[in-house]
Amino acid sequence: MKQPLSTVAHTRSGDKGDTSNIGVIALRPEYYPVILREVTPERVKAFFGDRVTGEVERFELPNLGAINLLLHGALGGGGTVSLRIDAQGKTYGAALLRMEIEID
Amino acid sequence: MIRIANGQGFWGDWLEAPVRLVDEGPIDFLVLDYLAEVTMSILQKQKQEDPALGYARDFPPLIGRLAARLRERNIKVVANAGGVNPVACARAVLAAAPGLKVAVVHGDDVFHRIDEFTGKGYEMRDMDTGEPIASIRPRILSANAYIGAFPLAEALDTGADVVIAGRSTDTALTLAPMVHRFGWRPDEYDKLAAGTIAGHIIECGAQCTGGNCQMDWQAIPDMANIGYPIIEAEADGSFTVTKHAKAGGRVHSDVVKEQLLYELGDPHRYMTPDCTADFTTIQLADTAPDRVRVTGIRGGARPPTLKLSISYTDGWKSIGTLVYSWPQALEKARAADRVVRQRLETLGLRFDEIHTEYFGYNACAGPAAPPNPDPPEIQLRIGVRGEDRRMVDRFTRELIPLVLNGPPGATGFGEGRPPVREIVAYWSALIPREEIETRVEVVA
Repeated sequence: MKQPLSTVAHTRSGDKGDTSNIGVIALRPEYYPVILREVTPERVKAFFGDRVTGEVERFELPNLGAINLLLHGALGGGGTVSLRIDAQGKTYGAALLRMEIEID
Repeated sequence: MIRIANGQGFWGDWLEAPVRLVDEGPIDFLVLDYLAEVTMSILQKQKQEDPALGYARDFPPLIGRLAARLRERNIKVVANAGGVNPVACARAVLAAAPGLKVAVVHGDDVFHRIDEFTGKGYEMRDMDTGEPIASIRPRILSANAYIGAFPLAEALDTGADVVIAGRSTDTALTLAPMVHRFGWRPDEYDKLAAGTIAGHIIECGAQCTGGNCQMDWQAIPDMANIGYPIIEAEADGSFTVTKHAKAGGRVHSDVVKEQLLYELGDPHRYMTPDCTADFTTIQLADTAPDRVRVTGIRGGARPPTLKLSISYTDGWKSIGTLVYSWPQALEKARAADRVVRQRLETLGLRFDEIHTEYFGYNACAGPAAPPNPDPPEIQLRIGVRGEDRRMVDRFTRELIPLVLNGPPGATGFGEGRPPVREIVAYWSALIPREEIETRVEVVA
């Protein structure tokens, strides 16, 4: 069944230069495998479209039931160079919660 | 057990937070983080104009306000408020709070050593782009090495009431009291990693006590009186995250998880001057309301290099806005953007980038924003950046005329022309750690 990511996860996002990171945390331990299966770097990159000019990297933190996504080239140059309203990617975590995923 | 509280997540954070941490319950150490990457360049400019400036000016009056209570309760303060002029900061603290013992840490400021480093063959290539530093040499505004917890602990060892550092890492402020009080050695990697992760949890102030928290945010208690975080640290490296009981906010593993992931890179290798911390070893347990116990943390050796934080000028930018109202708010804003771009082209103005956003439609998330086909109002937001200040200045004259000579229904021009700002960009590079010698000075 297709549901938004917000059904199984909460997030927090921020910046490091022109890279935005999004922490995706399972609301319950049993949701973690769903997140691992559904929230792949390819799908995250496609979801943000032209907002992400580089690659998306993913790291797993099973101890926290979480993944850490690095969205490279996602902040219009980042920091003080960027002309964007959200030059720090503060809102990207919330935006990702709309992504539709398959839930068992 | 020692209690370490963070009362400032950045310069500009809530002024009441450190005062409440001191007043509302027991703490042993108050740590305050004032420095962001661009802050150093602002402070370097201030020092060039006045040799008595170049530090976080909010800090001395805060210590003056708290001095009697710090002394009475034997609370020590560790802050990176020194910026590029820690001695001047210390003198201002002593003027505001006579009788306190103040120590400063020297050695992080390498603004005058760049050519010495280049002469030794260090290219100081940017960690993101790989460019050598020669490409920005004439435009450098500030250069600092991130220093770790051991020099700060040495400053606490002098018996100082207030320790003032320049560009220490944020996490070192929290780790230093543990090194000082527990006598941890540089090769006790697991303990140093634990103290570093404790520092990461509290370095953004209320972000681990319910601020900017997505999980059940409507249910965070008493946000107006949110409590700032306290670490109860044990000598074995385990610790508890908590807050004062009567303060607002919430400390729970869900909240702490969000902050653990904040601005994180590779979780296996969180590098600091003190150690390499492994975030995949952290174990969290909710042991009581507003108490999260943290155990199991493993770490590795410190890296052979220190990170340099270098700021430099990188052209000029300006961002202007106008608001368009329903009907066809988005279409009007898009038409106005086309008009502005055509006029800039006709004027022969050249920029490195022209960027347009439609605030209220998809400015934050772009293609990831929810559909909103007929928004009631839209803020058009056009930004430009380039090397030539005159061209950026000329751009700022092109928005307000649209109120009369562009699509209908434009408003929101009350602030006048947008300001032109110099871009201060950030460069990070590595230097062998033996090049950076720190020194502690007790300022009388």
